[in-house]
Amino acid sequence: MKMNGAKIFVESLKKEGVDTIFGYPGGVVLYIYDELYRSDIRHILVRHEQGAAHMADGYARATGKVGVCLVTSGPGATNTVTGLATAYMDSIPIVVFTGQVSTNLVGNDAFQEADIVGITRSCTKHNFLIKNVRDMARTIKEAFYLARTGRPGPVVVDIPKDITIDSAEFSYPDSIELPGYKPTYEGNMNQIKRAIDMILVSKKPVIYTGGGIISSGASKELLTFAGLLKAPVTNTLMGLGGFPGEHPQFLGMLGMHGTYAANMAVTHTDMLVAIGARFDDRVTGDINEFAPEAKIVHIDIDPTSISKNVEVDVPIVGNAKSILGEMNKLLKQDRRLKEFNREIEDWKMLIAQWKESHPLTYKEGGKLKPQFVIEQIYELTKGNAVITTEVGQNQMWTAQFYKFSKPRTFVTSGGLGTMGYGFPAAIGAKVALPEATVIDIAGDGSIQMNIQELATAVQYKINVVVAILNNNYLGMVRQWQSLFYGKRYSHTDMSHKPDFVKLADAYGARGYTVDTKKDVVPVMKDALKSKLPVLIDFRVEEEEDVYPMVPSGASLKKMLLA
Amino acid sequence: MRHTISLTVENQFGVLARVAGLFSGRGYNIESLSVAETLDPSVSKMTIVTSGDDKIIEQIIKQLNKLINSIKVVDLTVTDHVEREMVLIKVSASGESRTEVLRLVDIFRGKIVDVSPDTFVIELTGDEEKISAVLNLLKPLGVKDIVRTGKVAMQRTIQHDGKGDK
Ligand SMILES: Cc1ncc(C[n+]2csc(CCOP(=O)(O)OP(=O)(O)O)c2C)c(N)n1
Ligand SMILES: [Mg+2]
Repeated sequence: MKMNGAKIFVESLKKEGVDTIFGYPGGVVLYIYDELYRSDIRHILVRHEQGAAHMADGYARATGKVGVCLVTSGPGATNTVTGLATAYMDSIPIVVFTGQVSTNLVGNDAFQEADIVGITRSCTKHNFLIKNVRDMARTIKEAFYLARTGRPGPVVVDIPKDITIDSAEFSYPDSIELPGYKPTYEGNMNQIKRAIDMILVSKKPVIYTGGGIISSGASKELLTFAGLLKAPVTNTLMGLGGFPGEHPQFLGMLGMHGTYAANMAVTHTDMLVAIGARFDDRVTGDINEFAPEAKIVHIDIDPTSISKNVEVDVPIVGNAKSILGEMNKLLKQDRRLKEFNREIEDWKMLIAQWKESHPLTYKEGGKLKPQFVIEQIYELTKGNAVITTEVGQNQMWTAQFYKFSKPRTFVTSGGLGTMGYGFPAAIGAKVALPEATVIDIAGDGSIQMNIQELATAVQYKINVVVAILNNNYLGMVRQWQSLFYGKRYSHTDMSHKPDFVKLADAYGARGYTVDTKKDVVPVMKDALKSKLPVLIDFRVEEEEDVYPMVPSGASLKKMLLA
Repeated sequence: MRHTISLTVENQFGVLARVAGLFSGRGYNIESLSVAETLDPSVSKMTIVTSGDDKIIEQIIKQLNKLINSIKVVDLTVTDHVEREMVLIKVSASGESRTEVLRLVDIFRGKIVDVSPDTFVIELTGDEEKISAVLNLLKPLGVKDIVRTGKVAMQRTIQHDGKGDK
């Protein structure tokens, strides 16, 4: 059937099973909006396009489905760039549709023209400019396919206005033709066997896993793998939730704000099994002193991640779920396993000692402690909530004190560290999972970066809870200034800010202030039952620091402990 | 070390920018790059000369492979291949040096493609060694300008001995 580009757009989204778009209209996308007016696809009108991109991202992280965003040309498009970069760094599948000026005006510095394909080339997995309406359906198909397959990531599709008016025959392609794109899913069997041989002769193994476990849906396989080996497991920030936080083999997070046990374990290990993790500098500290005695097996879907930062002994390219599945099959039949389990007992004892001598902790007394608030949120929700964070101390304390037990329950900007991410991401997650409890653990600085989305949350009754750990500072930066810049708190004072309760009220949301321990639980309980979005202003200890801390670029064993 | 990489890509607008962006975004150097359509007009071939240690070259090749529009990446340096470059050289040629230039052009099988009363433009094709040799010989005579195409390169066909090849 012949239809115009706008209609082809909407029909193609339906074919992709899109139920929700986060968007904001403008001149060049009006034909599309006119078509949406007649369609039953849900459209969430945001208050800033950055919010739309983060919402699509939160939607994707909470479900594994592709998040979708629609914005106008020029400023609408450029406002999504931070959202794209955030999704790109954390390999999150979103498709952002940007309007563009008509093809005859492209390149003319036309009103609201921005070369968004050029601008986003380095922060998308791929991007497209549609130049003919006949390419619309195929391009949309490819965009979704690229976003969710292989190493997932954001894709931009730029659509000039005239393309939405022109007509073409609509037929949605059922196959993909991308000659240069063939992600490897199955691991090489020889490499898998070599890895197992190497692991089974080690005495001090550590399993180190990242976001790849979450994106490939491999947490069950990881649990079996760790169960067979009986070896300790540590997660990156992105990997949290991939392995049960209360599991006896779990060491907690590693890296700059990792646990003592995790950082000591990777420093002394003789066998590091890295799965879906990329040896980021926040994880490794001084790369030359990272796991210096270890043989390394590295499983990753992206060949460019392998041997990028550290030399590995056995690289295995492929999908973590399928590779772990294969490894588990082999391990179950391997006669050496029993002996191996016995041989690593000493190592596990040593780790148990590290865990016991240096647990995650904080000093009681004084004002309300941010860590206490997070502990109480954990007790109240017991892992049955989606927790998003902003960036800074709030994020690190959440990673430390909330024991994530299920994949896709922790939603945080890891790679880019985007302040202002957590709130819109929470909205996106809640839109995807309306029954779920969704809480953004925020900082007083970060929350002000996308606070305008409170209007969106109220309008659509997207009842998320924002728990602001209000320390009157850009706390994480202040912590660095305190430790490394002689306590010169240059421009990190955040005490000038709105009254959050009044602000919530002004938006039609619900606001609370909490300054004492005893109010934390009752207010949280109230908030979780609320029929409105909630902002809670937790007035916490102002100069509390996050520990342990490895100074930037130092070796992991040089942790500052308090 | 220097590497010559042959890259087959989909012949679409923006692909060259993706390749160039990959190099510039990661701080890798492109020494030369040449690109043109192949027999199949939907496909182009690039020859890229770059340098770096083994680790950098490994990353470059993996990153090129990762580009959605790249179809094939071959590091020709580790295979048997032929490389050629073309150069146009404008050289002073008046009086006695005119015959000297002509002699050199003849020895190296170059061509004179433009003549003026006191200059020649020479067209010369060869591998890097030959081109630098010629330039060295011409320099004392007064080279005014040069333009080089950058390398193009192609894998050699494997020569079989006829005995039991597959
Ligand atoms: C968009 C953006 N700008 C700047 C930074 C640098 N930065 C990292 S943490 C931080 C402070 C965050 O303050 P707040 O939200 O109050 O969180 P806290 O650390 O106090 O918990 C800053 C400014 C960033 N990560 N993102
Ligand atoms: Mg703060």
